[in-house]
Amino acid sequence: MGTELLLFYLFGAVALGASLLVVLGRNPMHSVLMLIVSFAALAGLYITLDSPFAAVIQIIIYAGAIMVLFLFVVMLLNAHKEDALVAAGAPMGAKPLYAGAGLAVVLAAELVWALVRAPQGSGGPMSGGASPDAAALESVRGLGQLLFTDYGFAFEVTSILIIVAMVGAVVLAKREL
Amino acid sequence: MIPLYVAQFGIILAVFGLLLVSAAIMVYSERKVAAIIQQRYGPYLVGPKGMLQPIADVIKLIFKETLRPKGADRALFMLAPLISATAAFTAFAVVPFGAETDLFGLIDHKISLQVADLNVALLVLFAITSVSVYGIVLAGWSSNSKYSLLGALRSASQMISYELSYGLSLASVLVVANSLSLTEVVNAQSGNWFGFIPRWFVFLQPVGFFIFMVAGVAETNRAPFDFPEAEQELVAGYHTEYSSTPFMMFFLAEYINMVTAAAVATDLFLGGWHGPWLPEYLGWMWFLAKIAAILFFYIWMRWTLPRLRYDQLMTFGWKVLLPLAALNLIVTAAGVIYFGN
Repeated sequence: MGTELLLFYLFGAVALGASLLVVLGRNPMHSVLMLIVSFAALAGLYITLDSPFAAVIQIIIYAGAIMVLFLFVVMLLNAHKEDALVAAGAPMGAKPLYAGAGLAVVLAAELVWALVRAPQGSGGPMSGGASPDAAALESVRGLGQLLFTDYGFAFEVTSILIIVAMVGAVVLAKREL
Repeated sequence: MIPLYVAQFGIILAVFGLLLVSAAIMVYSERKVAAIIQQRYGPYLVGPKGMLQPIADVIKLIFKETLRPKGADRALFMLAPLISATAAFTAFAVVPFGAETDLFGLIDHKISLQVADLNVALLVLFAITSVSVYGIVLAGWSSNSKYSLLGALRSASQMISYELSYGLSLASVLVVANSLSLTEVVNAQSGNWFGFIPRWFVFLQPVGFFIFMVAGVAETNRAPFDFPEAEQELVAGYHTEYSSTPFMMFFLAEYINMVTAAAVATDLFLGGWHGPWLPEYLGWMWFLAKIAAILFFYIWMRWTLPRLRYDQLMTFGWKVLLPLAALNLIVTAAGVIYFGN
Protein backbone atom coordinates (compact mmCIF):
# COMPACT_ATOMS: atom_id res chain seq x y z
CA MET A 1 0.00 0.00 0.00
CA GLY A 2 2.85 2.33 0.86
CA THR A 3 4.40 2.27 -2.62
CA GLU A 4 1.02 2.50 -4.28
CA LEU A 5 0.12 5.61 -2.34
CA LEU A 6 3.54 7.12 -3.01
CA LEU A 7 3.17 6.44 -6.75
CA PHE A 8 -0.33 7.91 -6.70
CA TYR A 9 0.94 11.14 -5.15
CA LEU A 10 3.95 11.22 -7.49
CA PHE A 11 1.93 10.78 -10.68
CA GLY A 12 -0.83 13.01 -9.37
CA ALA A 13 1.64 15.78 -8.57
CA VAL A 14 3.26 15.48 -12.00
CA ALA A 15 -0.14 15.54 -13.72
CA LEU A 16 -1.30 18.56 -11.75
CA GLY A 17 1.97 20.45 -12.09
CA ALA A 18 2.17 19.80 -15.83
CA SER A 19 -1.47 20.84 -16.31
CA LEU A 20 -0.81 24.08 -14.44
CA LEU A 21 2.18 24.74 -16.69
CA VAL A 22 -0.04 24.12 -19.75
CA VAL A 23 -2.31 26.96 -18.66
CA LEU A 24 0.31 29.30 -17.25
CA GLY A 25 3.06 28.82 -19.84
CA ARG A 26 3.72 31.67 -22.29
CA ASN A 27 5.10 29.55 -25.11
CA PRO A 28 2.32 27.50 -26.80
CA MET A 29 4.85 24.88 -27.87
CA HIS A 30 5.87 24.29 -24.27
CA SER A 31 2.20 24.13 -23.27
CA VAL A 32 1.60 21.33 -25.76
CA LEU A 33 4.59 19.40 -24.42
CA MET A 34 3.45 19.86 -20.84
CA LEU A 35 0.06 18.47 -21.85
CA ILE A 36 1.86 15.37 -23.12
CA VAL A 37 3.67 15.07 -19.79
CA SER A 38 0.33 15.35 -18.03
CA PHE A 39 -1.12 12.56 -20.20
CA ALA A 40 1.88 10.38 -19.45
CA ALA A 41 1.36 10.91 -15.71
CA LEU A 42 -2.30 9.92 -16.15
CA ALA A 43 -1.13 6.73 -17.86
CA GLY A 44 1.01 6.10 -14.78
CA LEU A 45 -2.07 6.51 -12.60
CA TYR A 46 -3.91 3.93 -14.74
CA ILE A 47 -1.06 1.49 -14.15
CA THR A 48 -1.36 1.92 -10.39
CA LEU A 49 -5.09 1.18 -10.87
CA ASP A 50 -4.12 -2.21 -12.37
CA SER A 51 -5.24 -1.45 -15.88
CA PRO A 52 -2.13 -1.45 -18.07
CA PHE A 53 -4.28 -1.67 -21.18
CA ALA A 54 -5.94 1.69 -20.47
CA ALA A 55 -2.52 3.16 -19.70
CA VAL A 56 -0.99 2.03 -23.00
CA ILE A 57 -4.04 3.15 -24.97
CA GLN A 58 -3.79 6.52 -23.24
CA ILE A 59 -0.22 6.87 -24.48
CA ILE A 60 -0.96 5.62 -28.01
CA ILE A 61 -4.08 7.68 -28.62
CA TYR A 62 -3.57 10.86 -26.62
CA ALA A 63 0.17 11.29 -26.23
CA GLY A 64 1.05 9.61 -29.53
CA ALA A 65 -1.63 10.57 -32.01
CA ILE A 66 -3.74 13.50 -30.88
CA MET A 67 -0.90 15.56 -29.43
CA VAL A 68 1.13 15.18 -32.61
CA LEU A 69 -1.72 16.93 -34.41
CA PHE A 70 -1.75 19.65 -31.74
CA LEU A 71 1.97 20.05 -32.24
CA PHE A 72 1.51 20.35 -36.00
CA VAL A 73 -1.09 23.05 -35.58
CA VAL A 74 1.04 25.06 -33.17
CA MET A 75 4.13 24.65 -35.33
CA LEU A 76 2.45 25.61 -38.58
CA LEU A 77 0.38 28.48 -37.25
CA ASN A 78 3.57 29.95 -35.89
CA ALA A 79 1.85 30.94 -32.68
CA HIS A 80 4.91 32.85 -31.53
CA LYS A 81 3.50 36.17 -32.73
CA GLU A 82 0.36 35.89 -30.69
CA ASP A 83 2.51 34.93 -27.74
CA ALA A 84 4.53 38.13 -28.11
CA LEU A 85 1.31 40.16 -28.13
CA VAL A 86 0.19 38.67 -24.84
CA ALA A 87 3.62 39.25 -23.33
CA ALA A 88 3.48 42.90 -24.40
CA GLY A 89 0.28 43.29 -22.39
CA ALA A 90 -2.18 43.46 -25.25
CA PRO A 91 -5.74 43.75 -23.95
CA MET A 92 -7.35 40.33 -23.84
CA GLY A 93 -10.94 41.44 -23.31
CA ALA A 94 -13.31 40.32 -20.61
CA LYS A 95 -15.37 37.87 -22.67
CA PRO A 96 -12.87 34.99 -22.75
CA LEU A 97 -12.39 35.39 -19.02
CA TYR A 98 -16.12 35.08 -18.33
CA ALA A 99 -16.39 32.07 -20.61
CA GLY A 100 -13.45 30.42 -18.88
CA ALA A 101 -14.85 31.09 -15.43
CA GLY A 102 -18.21 29.66 -16.48
CA LEU A 103 -16.59 26.49 -17.80
CA ALA A 104 -14.56 26.15 -14.60
CA VAL A 105 -17.74 26.33 -12.51
CA VAL A 106 -19.39 23.67 -14.69
CA LEU A 107 -16.35 21.42 -14.34
CA ALA A 108 -16.25 21.83 -10.57
CA ALA A 109 -19.97 21.04 -10.34
CA GLU A 110 -19.50 17.91 -12.46
CA LEU A 111 -16.61 16.75 -10.28
CA VAL A 112 -18.58 17.24 -7.07
CA TRP A 113 -21.57 15.44 -8.59
CA ALA A 114 -19.42 12.50 -9.71
CA LEU A 115 -17.69 12.19 -6.34
CA VAL A 116 -20.93 12.38 -4.36
CA ARG A 117 -22.57 9.81 -6.62
CA ALA A 118 -19.68 7.35 -6.25
CA PRO A 119 -20.46 4.53 -3.82
CA GLN A 120 -18.55 4.88 -0.61
CA GLY A 121 -16.41 2.13 0.86
CA SER A 122 -13.95 -0.29 -0.67
CA GLY A 123 -11.95 0.67 -3.69
CA GLY A 124 -13.33 4.01 -4.84
CA PRO A 125 -15.62 4.91 -7.70
CA MET A 126 -14.40 2.34 -10.24
CA SER A 127 -15.28 -0.81 -8.31
CA GLY A 128 -18.84 -0.25 -7.23
CA GLY A 129 -22.43 -0.24 -8.32
CA ALA A 130 -23.46 -0.86 -11.90
CA SER A 131 -19.95 -0.49 -13.33
CA PRO A 132 -18.51 -3.71 -14.81
CA ASP A 133 -16.35 -5.78 -12.53
CA ALA A 134 -12.67 -4.98 -12.34
CA ALA A 135 -11.54 -8.38 -13.59
CA ALA A 136 -13.28 -7.82 -16.91
CA LEU A 137 -11.67 -4.41 -17.28
CA GLU A 138 -8.21 -5.81 -16.64
CA SER A 139 -8.06 -8.19 -19.55
CA VAL A 140 -8.18 -6.94 -23.10
CA ARG A 141 -10.55 -9.77 -23.99
CA GLY A 142 -13.06 -8.75 -21.31
CA LEU A 143 -12.81 -5.15 -22.39
CA GLY A 144 -13.47 -6.02 -26.01
CA GLN A 145 -16.40 -8.22 -25.04
CA LEU A 146 -17.95 -5.40 -23.01
CA LEU A 147 -17.27 -2.82 -25.69
CA PHE A 148 -18.99 -4.77 -28.45
CA THR A 149 -21.92 -6.10 -26.42
CA ASP A 150 -23.03 -3.97 -23.45
CA TYR A 151 -21.60 -0.73 -24.79
CA GLY A 152 -22.07 -1.48 -28.49
CA PHE A 153 -24.45 1.42 -29.04
CA ALA A 154 -22.17 3.97 -27.36
CA PHE A 155 -19.26 2.59 -29.39
CA GLU A 156 -21.05 3.02 -32.70
CA VAL A 157 -22.32 6.47 -31.80
CA THR A 158 -18.78 7.54 -30.91
CA SER A 159 -17.44 6.29 -34.23
CA ILE A 160 -20.14 8.23 -36.10
CA LEU A 161 -19.16 11.31 -34.10
CA ILE A 162 -15.55 10.91 -35.16
CA ILE A 163 -16.55 10.47 -38.82
CA VAL A 164 -18.61 13.66 -38.60
CA ALA A 165 -15.57 15.48 -37.23
CA MET A 166 -13.41 14.10 -40.05
CA VAL A 167 -15.88 15.12 -42.75
CA GLY A 168 -16.11 18.56 -41.13
CA ALA A 169 -12.34 18.92 -41.19
CA VAL A 170 -12.17 17.97 -44.87
CA VAL A 171 -14.96 20.42 -45.75
CA LEU A 172 -13.26 23.21 -43.83
CA ALA A 173 -9.86 22.49 -45.37
CA LYS A 174 -11.11 22.21 -48.95
CA ARG A 175 -13.70 24.91 -49.46
CA GLU A 176 -14.26 24.01 -53.11
CA LEU A 177 -14.51 20.25 -53.53
CA MET B 1 23.61 -18.91 -6.68
CA ILE B 2 23.05 -15.25 -7.36
CA PRO B 3 19.88 -13.44 -6.35
CA LEU B 4 17.17 -12.91 -8.92
CA TYR B 5 17.39 -9.14 -8.99
CA VAL B 6 21.10 -9.29 -9.75
CA ALA B 7 20.37 -11.54 -12.71
CA GLN B 8 17.65 -9.21 -13.97
CA PHE B 9 19.88 -6.19 -13.55
CA GLY B 10 22.52 -8.07 -15.49
CA ILE B 11 20.07 -8.67 -18.30
CA ILE B 12 19.18 -4.98 -18.42
CA LEU B 13 22.85 -4.00 -18.60
CA ALA B 14 23.51 -6.64 -21.22
CA VAL B 15 20.64 -5.44 -23.41
CA PHE B 16 21.81 -1.84 -23.10
CA GLY B 17 25.41 -2.70 -23.92
CA LEU B 18 24.51 -5.02 -26.77
CA LEU B 19 22.27 -2.38 -28.33
CA LEU B 20 25.16 0.10 -28.26
CA VAL B 21 27.48 -2.48 -29.79
CA SER B 22 24.88 -3.46 -32.36
CA ALA B 23 24.66 0.15 -33.52
CA ALA B 24 28.45 0.17 -34.03
CA ILE B 25 28.28 -3.14 -35.91
CA MET B 26 25.43 -1.82 -38.03
CA VAL B 27 27.37 1.30 -39.01
CA TYR B 28 30.35 -0.80 -40.02
CA SER B 29 28.33 -3.40 -41.92
CA GLU B 30 26.28 -0.73 -43.63
CA ARG B 31 29.43 0.91 -44.96
CA LYS B 32 31.05 -2.39 -45.92
CA VAL B 33 27.97 -3.81 -47.65
CA ALA B 34 27.42 -0.51 -49.45
CA ALA B 35 31.03 -0.62 -50.58
CA ILE B 36 30.68 -4.19 -51.88
CA ILE B 37 27.48 -3.31 -53.72
CA GLN B 38 29.13 -0.26 -55.28
CA GLN B 39 32.42 -2.09 -56.00
CA ARG B 40 34.49 -0.06 -53.56
CA TYR B 41 36.65 -1.07 -50.59
CA GLY B 42 34.79 0.76 -47.83
CA PRO B 43 36.55 1.62 -44.58
CA TYR B 44 39.85 -0.29 -44.33
CA LEU B 45 42.38 1.91 -42.54
CA VAL B 46 41.35 1.95 -38.87
CA GLY B 47 42.00 -1.43 -37.28
CA PRO B 48 41.92 -4.80 -39.07
CA LYS B 49 39.74 -4.46 -42.18
CA GLY B 50 38.62 -1.06 -40.89
CA MET B 51 36.69 -2.66 -38.04
CA LEU B 52 37.53 0.11 -35.57
CA GLN B 53 36.08 2.76 -37.89
CA PRO B 54 32.81 3.18 -35.88
CA ILE B 55 34.83 3.78 -32.71
CA ALA B 56 36.94 6.38 -34.48
CA ASP B 57 33.73 8.01 -35.71
CA VAL B 58 32.27 8.13 -32.20
CA ILE B 59 35.43 9.71 -30.79
CA LYS B 60 35.42 12.27 -33.56
CA LEU B 61 31.78 13.15 -32.94
CA ILE B 62 32.22 13.49 -29.19
CA PHE B 63 35.10 15.93 -29.56
CA LYS B 64 33.29 18.14 -32.02
CA GLU B 65 31.78 21.39 -30.87
CA THR B 66 28.06 21.38 -30.03
CA LEU B 67 26.56 24.12 -32.16
CA ARG B 68 23.20 25.67 -31.51
CA PRO B 69 21.63 27.88 -34.16
CA LYS B 70 20.65 31.41 -33.31
CA GLY B 71 17.01 31.64 -32.28
CA ALA B 72 16.78 27.92 -31.49
CA ASP B 73 14.67 26.91 -28.53
CA ARG B 74 17.46 26.05 -26.10
CA ALA B 75 15.67 23.46 -23.95
CA LEU B 76 13.82 21.66 -26.73
CA PHE B 77 16.86 21.64 -29.00
CA MET B 78 18.72 19.59 -26.39
CA LEU B 79 15.68 17.54 -25.36
CA ALA B 80 14.83 16.28 -28.86
CA PRO B 81 17.81 13.92 -29.36
CA LEU B 82 17.31 12.62 -25.82
CA ILE B 83 13.70 11.71 -26.62
CA SER B 84 14.78 9.91 -29.79
CA ALA B 85 17.53 7.92 -28.11
CA THR B 86 15.48 7.08 -25.00
CA ALA B 87 12.53 5.86 -27.05
CA ALA B 88 14.84 3.73 -29.17
CA PHE B 89 16.38 2.03 -26.12
CA THR B 90 13.07 1.67 -24.25
CA ALA B 91 11.35 -0.13 -27.11
CA PHE B 92 13.73 -3.06 -26.82
CA ALA B 93 12.76 -3.55 -23.16
CA VAL B 94 9.67 -5.58 -24.05
CA VAL B 95 11.34 -7.67 -26.77
CA PRO B 96 12.17 -11.23 -25.65
CA PHE B 97 15.33 -12.62 -27.21
CA GLY B 98 15.68 -16.12 -25.78
CA ALA B 99 13.88 -19.00 -24.11
CA GLU B 100 13.39 -19.14 -20.36
CA THR B 101 16.69 -20.00 -18.76
CA ASP B 102 18.33 -20.43 -15.39
CA LEU B 103 21.58 -18.98 -16.80
CA PHE B 104 23.46 -22.31 -16.64
CA GLY B 105 22.32 -23.00 -13.07
CA LEU B 106 23.33 -19.63 -11.66
CA ILE B 107 19.87 -18.82 -10.32
CA ASP B 108 17.05 -20.84 -8.75
CA HIS B 109 14.11 -19.82 -10.89
CA LYS B 110 13.91 -19.72 -14.60
CA ILE B 111 13.70 -16.21 -15.95
CA SER B 112 12.84 -15.15 -19.45
CA LEU B 113 15.53 -13.43 -21.47
CA GLN B 114 13.99 -9.99 -21.75
CA VAL B 115 13.89 -6.86 -19.64
CA ALA B 116 10.16 -6.77 -18.91
CA ASP B 117 7.65 -9.52 -19.69
CA LEU B 118 4.47 -7.48 -20.00
CA ASN B 119 1.13 -8.95 -20.95
CA VAL B 120 0.50 -5.97 -23.23
CA ALA B 121 4.00 -5.94 -24.75
CA LEU B 122 2.80 -5.44 -28.31
CA LEU B 123 0.83 -2.36 -27.37
CA VAL B 124 3.71 -0.94 -25.35
CA LEU B 125 5.89 -1.31 -28.40
CA PHE B 126 3.33 0.53 -30.47
CA ALA B 127 3.04 3.27 -27.82
CA ILE B 128 6.79 3.86 -27.74
CA THR B 129 6.91 4.00 -31.52
CA SER B 130 4.19 6.63 -31.53
CA VAL B 131 6.00 8.70 -28.88
CA SER B 132 9.33 8.57 -30.72
CA VAL B 133 7.85 10.87 -33.38
CA TYR B 134 8.29 13.73 -30.92
CA GLY B 135 12.08 13.52 -30.99
CA ILE B 136 12.06 14.23 -34.72
CA VAL B 137 9.28 16.82 -34.71
CA LEU B 138 10.82 18.78 -31.85
CA ALA B 139 14.26 18.62 -33.41
CA GLY B 140 12.88 20.10 -36.60
CA TRP B 141 10.90 22.82 -34.89
CA SER B 142 13.45 23.87 -32.28
CA SER B 143 16.28 24.18 -34.81
CA ASN B 144 14.72 27.35 -36.21
CA SER B 145 15.68 26.32 -39.72
CA LYS B 146 13.40 25.71 -42.68
CA TYR B 147 15.15 22.54 -43.83
CA SER B 148 14.85 21.04 -40.38
CA LEU B 149 11.20 22.00 -40.07
CA LEU B 150 10.29 20.59 -43.49
CA GLY B 151 12.22 17.40 -42.77
CA ALA B 152 10.47 17.01 -39.43
CA LEU B 153 7.03 17.57 -40.96
CA ARG B 154 7.68 15.02 -43.67
CA SER B 155 9.02 12.54 -41.18
CA ALA B 156 6.09 12.96 -38.82
CA SER B 157 3.46 12.62 -41.53
CA GLN B 158 5.27 9.60 -42.93
CA MET B 159 5.52 7.92 -39.54
CA ILE B 160 1.88 8.63 -38.68
CA SER B 161 0.71 7.33 -42.06
CA TYR B 162 2.64 4.08 -41.85
CA GLU B 163 1.97 3.56 -38.15
CA LEU B 164 -1.61 2.58 -39.03
CA SER B 165 -0.56 -0.23 -41.36
CA TYR B 166 2.12 -1.23 -38.84
CA GLY B 167 -0.48 -1.46 -36.07
CA LEU B 168 -2.93 -3.43 -38.23
CA SER B 169 -0.27 -5.97 -39.20
CA LEU B 170 0.61 -6.34 -35.50
CA ALA B 171 -3.07 -6.86 -34.76
CA SER B 172 -3.40 -9.66 -37.31
CA VAL B 173 -0.49 -11.49 -35.64
CA LEU B 174 -2.01 -11.18 -32.21
CA VAL B 175 -5.31 -12.49 -33.54
CA VAL B 176 -3.50 -15.58 -34.80
CA ALA B 177 -1.43 -15.98 -31.62
CA ASN B 178 -4.40 -15.17 -29.38
CA SER B 179 -2.19 -13.14 -27.04
CA LEU B 180 -0.72 -9.66 -26.59
CA SER B 181 2.42 -10.94 -24.91
CA LEU B 182 5.45 -11.24 -27.19
CA THR B 183 6.74 -14.26 -25.26
CA GLU B 184 3.50 -16.12 -25.89
CA VAL B 185 3.51 -15.08 -29.54
CA VAL B 186 6.97 -16.60 -29.91
CA ASN B 187 6.04 -19.76 -28.03
CA ALA B 188 3.02 -20.22 -30.27
CA GLN B 189 5.51 -20.65 -33.13
CA SER B 190 7.47 -23.60 -31.74
CA GLY B 191 7.45 -26.96 -33.49
CA ASN B 192 6.89 -27.92 -37.11
CA TRP B 193 4.07 -28.58 -39.55
CA PHE B 194 4.32 -31.97 -41.25
CA GLY B 195 7.64 -32.44 -39.49
CA PHE B 196 9.71 -30.07 -41.59
CA ILE B 197 8.02 -26.67 -42.08
CA PRO B 198 8.63 -24.54 -38.98
CA ARG B 199 5.43 -23.15 -37.48
CA TRP B 200 6.45 -19.55 -38.11
CA PHE B 201 3.75 -16.98 -38.52
CA VAL B 202 5.33 -15.77 -41.74
CA PHE B 203 3.72 -18.78 -43.40
CA LEU B 204 0.32 -18.00 -41.87
CA GLN B 205 0.64 -14.27 -42.38
CA PRO B 206 2.70 -13.64 -45.53
CA VAL B 207 0.77 -10.45 -46.31
CA GLY B 208 1.13 -9.30 -42.70
CA PHE B 209 4.87 -9.91 -42.85
CA PHE B 210 5.17 -7.90 -46.06
CA ILE B 211 3.18 -5.00 -44.59
CA PHE B 212 5.17 -5.12 -41.37
CA MET B 213 8.50 -5.00 -43.19
CA VAL B 214 7.47 -2.17 -45.52
CA ALA B 215 5.94 -0.14 -42.71
CA GLY B 216 9.00 -0.91 -40.57
CA VAL B 217 11.28 0.60 -43.22
CA ALA B 218 9.06 3.68 -43.36
CA GLU B 219 8.93 3.94 -39.56
CA THR B 220 12.71 3.83 -39.27
CA ASN B 221 13.05 6.41 -42.06
CA ARG B 222 15.25 4.16 -44.18
CA ALA B 223 15.71 4.14 -47.94
CA PRO B 224 13.74 3.90 -50.16
CA PHE B 225 11.54 5.87 -47.75
CA ASP B 226 14.21 8.18 -46.32
CA PHE B 227 12.44 11.45 -47.12
CA PRO B 228 13.17 13.12 -43.80
CA GLU B 229 16.78 13.34 -44.94
CA ALA B 230 16.42 13.63 -48.69
CA GLU B 231 19.66 15.51 -49.21
CA GLN B 232 18.85 16.96 -52.62
CA GLU B 233 15.83 18.74 -51.20
CA LEU B 234 16.38 19.16 -47.48
CA VAL B 235 20.16 19.12 -46.86
CA ALA B 236 19.86 16.60 -44.00
CA GLY B 237 16.28 16.97 -42.82
CA TYR B 238 15.46 17.22 -39.16
CA HIS B 239 19.06 16.91 -37.96
CA THR B 240 20.54 19.53 -40.28
CA GLU B 241 21.49 21.83 -37.42
CA TYR B 242 22.80 19.15 -35.09
CA SER B 243 26.43 18.35 -34.47
CA SER B 244 28.57 16.47 -32.00
CA THR B 245 26.90 14.30 -29.32
CA PRO B 246 23.28 15.36 -30.02
CA PHE B 247 23.75 14.34 -33.64
CA MET B 248 25.28 11.07 -32.47
CA MET B 249 22.14 10.39 -30.45
CA PHE B 250 19.93 10.70 -33.53
CA PHE B 251 22.31 8.46 -35.42
CA LEU B 252 22.28 5.93 -32.59
CA ALA B 253 18.49 6.07 -32.31
CA GLU B 254 18.12 5.39 -36.03
CA TYR B 255 20.28 2.27 -35.95
CA ILE B 256 18.81 0.98 -32.70
CA ASN B 257 15.32 1.45 -34.12
CA MET B 258 16.37 -0.72 -37.05
CA VAL B 259 17.67 -3.42 -34.71
CA THR B 260 14.45 -3.28 -32.68
CA ALA B 261 12.29 -3.45 -35.80
CA ALA B 262 14.26 -6.50 -36.95
CA ALA B 263 13.99 -8.11 -33.50
CA VAL B 264 10.24 -7.55 -33.39
CA ALA B 265 9.84 -8.93 -36.90
CA THR B 266 11.81 -11.99 -35.77
CA ASP B 267 9.63 -12.48 -32.71
CA LEU B 268 6.36 -11.94 -34.53
CA PHE B 269 6.89 -13.70 -37.83
CA LEU B 270 10.10 -15.75 -37.86
CA GLY B 271 9.64 -17.84 -34.73
CA GLY B 272 11.90 -15.83 -32.42
CA TRP B 273 14.49 -18.11 -30.83
CA HIS B 274 12.95 -21.32 -32.19
CA GLY B 275 14.96 -23.18 -34.78
CA PRO B 276 16.28 -26.61 -35.63
CA TRP B 277 19.52 -28.27 -34.42
CA LEU B 278 20.30 -25.98 -31.48
CA PRO B 279 19.05 -26.82 -27.96
CA GLU B 280 16.55 -24.41 -26.46
CA TYR B 281 19.01 -22.63 -24.16
CA LEU B 282 21.10 -21.64 -27.18
CA GLY B 283 18.03 -20.28 -28.96
CA TRP B 284 19.34 -16.73 -28.76
CA MET B 285 21.85 -17.71 -31.44
CA TRP B 286 18.98 -18.35 -33.83
CA PHE B 287 17.51 -15.06 -32.73
CA LEU B 288 20.73 -13.19 -33.55
CA ALA B 289 21.06 -14.97 -36.88
CA LYS B 290 17.52 -14.05 -37.91
CA ILE B 291 18.01 -10.42 -36.86
CA ALA B 292 21.24 -10.29 -38.84
CA ALA B 293 19.45 -11.64 -41.91
CA ILE B 294 16.72 -9.01 -41.69
CA LEU B 295 19.21 -6.22 -41.10
CA PHE B 296 21.26 -7.35 -44.08
CA PHE B 297 18.07 -7.19 -46.12
CA TYR B 298 17.49 -3.60 -44.94
CA ILE B 299 20.98 -2.54 -45.95
CA TRP B 300 20.76 -4.38 -49.24
CA MET B 301 17.49 -2.61 -50.01
CA ARG B 302 18.91 0.79 -49.14
CA TRP B 303 21.77 0.50 -51.59
CA THR B 304 19.68 -1.08 -54.33
CA LEU B 305 16.43 0.86 -54.54
CA PRO B 306 16.25 4.55 -55.40
CA ARG B 307 14.19 6.89 -53.27
CA LEU B 308 10.52 7.18 -54.20
CA ARG B 309 8.76 10.48 -54.75
CA TYR B 310 7.02 11.91 -51.71
CA ASP B 311 3.51 11.77 -53.19
CA GLN B 312 4.16 8.17 -54.26
CA LEU B 313 5.06 7.34 -50.68
CA MET B 314 1.86 8.85 -49.32
CA THR B 315 -0.33 7.31 -52.04
CA PHE B 316 1.24 3.92 -51.42
CA GLY B 317 0.79 4.20 -47.65
CA TRP B 318 -2.82 5.30 -47.64
CA LYS B 319 -4.25 3.74 -50.80
CA VAL B 320 -2.39 0.43 -51.02
CA LEU B 321 -0.82 -0.58 -47.74
CA LEU B 322 -3.58 0.51 -45.35
CA PRO B 323 -6.50 -1.16 -47.23
CA LEU B 324 -4.34 -4.25 -47.67
CA ALA B 325 -3.57 -4.33 -43.94
CA ALA B 326 -7.25 -3.88 -43.02
CA LEU B 327 -8.28 -6.60 -45.45
CA ASN B 328 -5.59 -8.90 -44.08
CA LEU B 329 -6.85 -8.34 -40.54
CA ILE B 330 -10.47 -9.09 -41.51
CA VAL B 331 -9.51 -12.23 -43.46
CA THR B 332 -7.30 -13.38 -40.58
CA ALA B 333 -10.04 -12.84 -38.02
CA ALA B 334 -12.55 -14.68 -40.21
CA GLY B 335 -10.05 -17.52 -40.65
CA VAL B 336 -9.43 -17.78 -36.92
CA ILE B 337 -13.17 -17.91 -36.23
CA TYR B 338 -13.79 -20.47 -39.00
CA PHE B 339 -10.89 -22.85 -38.29
CA GLY B 340 -10.65 -22.24 -34.56
CA ASN B 341 -7.31 -21.45 -33.00
